[in-house]
Amino acid sequence: MSMFEQLTNRERVFEFLAPEASPVDVRHGPILYLEDVNVSFDGFKAINNLNLTIDDGELRCIIGPNGAGKTTMMDIITGKTRPDTGSVWFGSRHNLLTKSEPDIASLGIGRKFQKPTVFEALTVFENLELAMATDKRILPTLTAIMKPEFRDRIDEVLEMIGLKQLRDKPAGILSHGQKQWLEIGMLLMQKPRLLLVDEPVAGMTEQEMERTAELLTSLAGKQSVVVVEHDMGFVRSIARQVTVLHQGSVLAEGTMDQVSNDPEVIKVYLGEEA
Amino acid sequence: MGIFRWLTPLCLNALCLKALYLKPLGLVLLLVLSLPAHSQTEADPGQALLTNLADASSREIDAAIEAIVDSGDPRARDWLDAFGNNRLSRIKDTGQVVEVLRNVGRNWTIADPLTGENLGEMSRRELDRVNINNAIRGKLEGVLAMLDLYSDDPEVQEKAAEAMMGKVNASVVKPLTKLLERDLPGPVRNRIEESVAIYQLEQGDAEAQAQAITVLTGSLHSNARAALNNAAVGDDPALAARAQEALVSIEQKLKMNRAAETLYFGLSLGSVLVLAAIGLAITFGVMGVINMAHGELIMLGAYTTWGMQQLLPGQPGLALILSIPAGFLVAALAGIAIERSVIQHLKGRPLETLLATFGVSLILQQLVRTVISPLNRSVTTPEWMSGSLVINGALSLTLNRMYVIGFALVVFAGLMLIMRKTRLGLEVRAVTQNRAMARSMGIRATRVDILTFGLGSGVAGLAGVALSQITNVGPNLGQNYIIDSFMVVVFGGVGNLWGTLLAGLSLGTINQILEPWAGSVLAKIMVLVLIILFIQKRPKGLFPQKGRAAEG
Amino acid sequence: MPTSQTWLLRPLQERSTQIFLGVLFAAVALVTLLHLIMPEGHALHVSAYTVTLLGKYLCYALLAVAVDLVWGYLGILSLGHGAFFAIGGYAMGMYLMRQIGDRGVYGDPVLPDFMVFLNWDSLPWYWQGFDMAWFAFIMVLLAPGLLALVFGFLAFRSRVTGVYLSIITQALTFALMLAFFRNEMGFGGNNGLTDFRDILGFNLRTDSTRLGLFIATGIALAIGYVICRGIVTSKLGRVSVACRDAEARTRFLGYRVERVQLFVFVVSAMLAGVAGALYVPQVGIINPSEFSPLFSIEVVVWVALGGRATLYGAVIGAILVNYAKTVFTGVMPDAWLFALGGLFVLVTVFLPKGIAGLLQKRQKPDEDSNADPSKPKPQEATA
Repeated sequence: MSMFEQLTNRERVFEFLAPEASPVDVRHGPILYLEDVNVSFDGFKAINNLNLTIDDGELRCIIGPNGAGKTTMMDIITGKTRPDTGSVWFGSRHNLLTKSEPDIASLGIGRKFQKPTVFEALTVFENLELAMATDKRILPTLTAIMKPEFRDRIDEVLEMIGLKQLRDKPAGILSHGQKQWLEIGMLLMQKPRLLLVDEPVAGMTEQEMERTAELLTSLAGKQSVVVVEHDMGFVRSIARQVTVLHQGSVLAEGTMDQVSNDPEVIKVYLGEEA
Repeated sequence: MGIFRWLTPLCLNALCLKALYLKPLGLVLLLVLSLPAHSQTEADPGQALLTNLADASSREIDAAIEAIVDSGDPRARDWLDAFGNNRLSRIKDTGQVVEVLRNVGRNWTIADPLTGENLGEMSRRELDRVNINNAIRGKLEGVLAMLDLYSDDPEVQEKAAEAMMGKVNASVVKPLTKLLERDLPGPVRNRIEESVAIYQLEQGDAEAQAQAITVLTGSLHSNARAALNNAAVGDDPALAARAQEALVSIEQKLKMNRAAETLYFGLSLGSVLVLAAIGLAITFGVMGVINMAHGELIMLGAYTTWGMQQLLPGQPGLALILSIPAGFLVAALAGIAIERSVIQHLKGRPLETLLATFGVSLILQQLVRTVISPLNRSVTTPEWMSGSLVINGALSLTLNRMYVIGFALVVFAGLMLIMRKTRLGLEVRAVTQNRAMARSMGIRATRVDILTFGLGSGVAGLAGVALSQITNVGPNLGQNYIIDSFMVVVFGGVGNLWGTLLAGLSLGTINQILEPWAGSVLAKIMVLVLIILFIQKRPKGLFPQKGRAAEG
Repeated sequence: MPTSQTWLLRPLQERSTQIFLGVLFAAVALVTLLHLIMPEGHALHVSAYTVTLLGKYLCYALLAVAVDLVWGYLGILSLGHGAFFAIGGYAMGMYLMRQIGDRGVYGDPVLPDFMVFLNWDSLPWYWQGFDMAWFAFIMVLLAPGLLALVFGFLAFRSRVTGVYLSIITQALTFALMLAFFRNEMGFGGNNGLTDFRDILGFNLRTDSTRLGLFIATGIALAIGYVICRGIVTSKLGRVSVACRDAEARTRFLGYRVERVQLFVFVVSAMLAGVAGALYVPQVGIINPSEFSPLFSIEVVVWVALGGRATLYGAVIGAILVNYAKTVFTGVMPDAWLFALGGLFVLVTVFLPKGIAGLLQKRQKPDEDSNADPSKPKPQEATA
């Protein structure tokens, strides 16, 4: 690279202009590490001594009855709720408890909500545009321009989530399942290292569910994915590793077969379903 | 006024003291004179006493007054009072002593001082005034005050004792000291002790002075402080030092009282805020509805009180009591009308609800201006609510504010009961937490909405009834309270009635604490700034809802 | 989709902005011509009084645009924008006060009349520099901007939004009103600042200065409109809409919602300040009543009537309502508050998209899909 090039490349000359890289250090083990986490709301213990590790590239399913603390756990990881005690690490470098939600998001943790939340007044394309991993500070956002490579990237994701025909329609008109996909698409635009997916197939048809399963399994390996789901069939179809939460702590962990034969698990959860 | 009380061999004043000790005959005379008073056949002894008074030369007049006092006649006070006020005259023809009721114009209205019977009018020329000079009048005041001190009525006693403060002279010290031997109501005894002490501090010997300072140390009366101040700059250094000490301790006590007073004003302002805000806490907190017309519902309650008093002229108390249910109903119906006509069309759009109800508030204000008057109306405070409760010389609590505090607490307790113990309260809480679920369980959410809104609005009406007693009733009444009310709800935490109570009371108190050194406007601004800063720390108020319910 | 790459120039290529600017310039030019060319007394003559009245409407329109920027696109219902308007006005008023010089009633070369009256012997520190036009004009932007910055920083940092924020903004302007009523504040207390003589050397009482101010207001409105339009058509504008509709989602995408809100809020406050600064020389007075909560909330209803999140709707609404106010208060003053109150109710209940919504319906809905904030928001629905 010539001297001239180096000087004209603003991102190199001014370090603060460089987009924040995602220096997640996973050399020493898991990508996500929760230890002895406790949260209580008005005396009710939502999370009780929770310990959980997610390895890099893993696809993990988390199941558990209502009130087991699944959504609260996601809130803690993404910085929405602060635990009373415990520690949460992203890689071995980032203590998530000291970071704000946007910080955590730009570190590379993406989250899909239980209720699909997309920007209904914006078009599908614009939804993806906002999710794109770019400089998200104020002035760069104000002066941002749509580069051709951005457009290509968005179209690529549109293809992946099957919403190409609806590209310029407001997201508000999408069906429930389509909104779920759009949201997953927005996660993909963020290029996260870790995806937290809360009930991705709620309200989906069988076919839609199948496609979602395909999408999620295809992501694993490149990215770590944590799926919280109620639908046991869906979990069985994608899961390699399953964690069962009960009353705010881990009840059992293992493959689907191991977990579903665990007498404790059958008692509190599967037993009721079967 | 019991006759036998006068028989006790006690001196009443300097005059009767003489009568009792220097002229023992007086007692005998007294007995002789008073016993026949019971029999109707004898001539009224008062006749002789009055004639004696009227005839007395300036040298004899003391004795004449003395005789009247000694007579123990229940009418004695009235006679002497009339005498002191130049209202005793003699009819020139008959020599009869009469009391002049009205001495304007040519013909005076006169009455018989013995029976109180009105004798009609008589030409001024036919009357001869019983003369009195200032020296005697001065003495007479003391005599009358002494008479009052012996009164059966503790209120009269207290007033007389109060009048004694700082006016004690050599002539009354002894009778006062004597009086203290009797069984007296606490405040009366304190006052008399203090007034004697003030005298002793100024005139007494060293021992008496020292004792006086001990007595005055606890006093909050301004005269006591003045006397101590004088002593503190006096010639005697030891005495001055002790007086100074006493002053410091009084100052301490005064500070405590001032603090208590500030607290009282704060609580009373706070309870007004609670009353104004608690209806809002229900509609805003429980239903998530921003009702900017809440202030105008308060105004309607206040105007209901006014209207009720117009309907029942001369009975402000009854009107006020009737206004409580009436104000509730008027405001509740108005609130329900607002809910049905406007708010129900704006479900789930809180900002639009805010704007629409603001429009309603403008209309209501203008309606009152047009229909009633743009000027303030005055609402009468019934007698049993006016006046104040005197705790001590430096602290008195106005009764109307006390009623408002009590009323606020009662309303709060009532609301708490409704929310906790009744079916409606249960349904309201259910609808608040999960509307769809509550519906599917057979709760008619619309009905609950109407009732809740009616309840919240009705409470606003009650606030108006209470406010009418302590502030002007005018079209802008509501406006003045709406921002404060919202601040209280925000400060206390939405959806929490206890929070509203605590927030209202503490905001009122903070305001009152700041006011003396910042002025009322600055205090208000500081409170607003304080709340804005507070919301930094606790964005959801004092008592936030936690967990899932808070996420909505 | 516009092709320009610069956010500020992008709106100029938009059809809607072109139409708006065209209509605005045509109207200003027409009024100017009718005022200058038509002889007085002619049916088509526009009097200096009317020119100033229209200038006042344009100031209000700019204020409404500022409110629409935060309410329409950011979902922040500010009930305190009157405060920024008034502060801009006071900054201008202070300049105009200093321009009076020794021509005041008391003839003091430095102190304004009300300070002489209050026996002040020197100018308070915050009045320094306002004798210079450039300084005053910077303060017109800076003072409201700074207030918005501090207030917004505190509010948005602790995530105060929705109705809470509305109430707090209302409290803000209420507190300021109380403060400015005090003589000790040094802003003329109850009477405010008035008796202005000239601006930049031009006599304020001549028709030509009035016309000049009217034209300047038209230009300011045009620039303000383009700035706002530039923001809302940029990616930042879309992020704003995202904050409006799903704040938490936006945060999880890595945007600092509170900074977006703060930026737009401050820009909006500055625009409001400019509107106030242009308003004061035209009406000849600024007093604390501009801080009244009623005024601020009235501005919101102009926007609501015109149509939220359209910007041009805010202009239409401001002009219409104020024209109606002028007519009403002339003919039957008592009825005005009834009419205004009714307008609040009718617009919110029956016309949630305002006049702009009616226009769009007729034109068939087109690309401007951003403009649909009137639907209930999923998050607020259950709050």
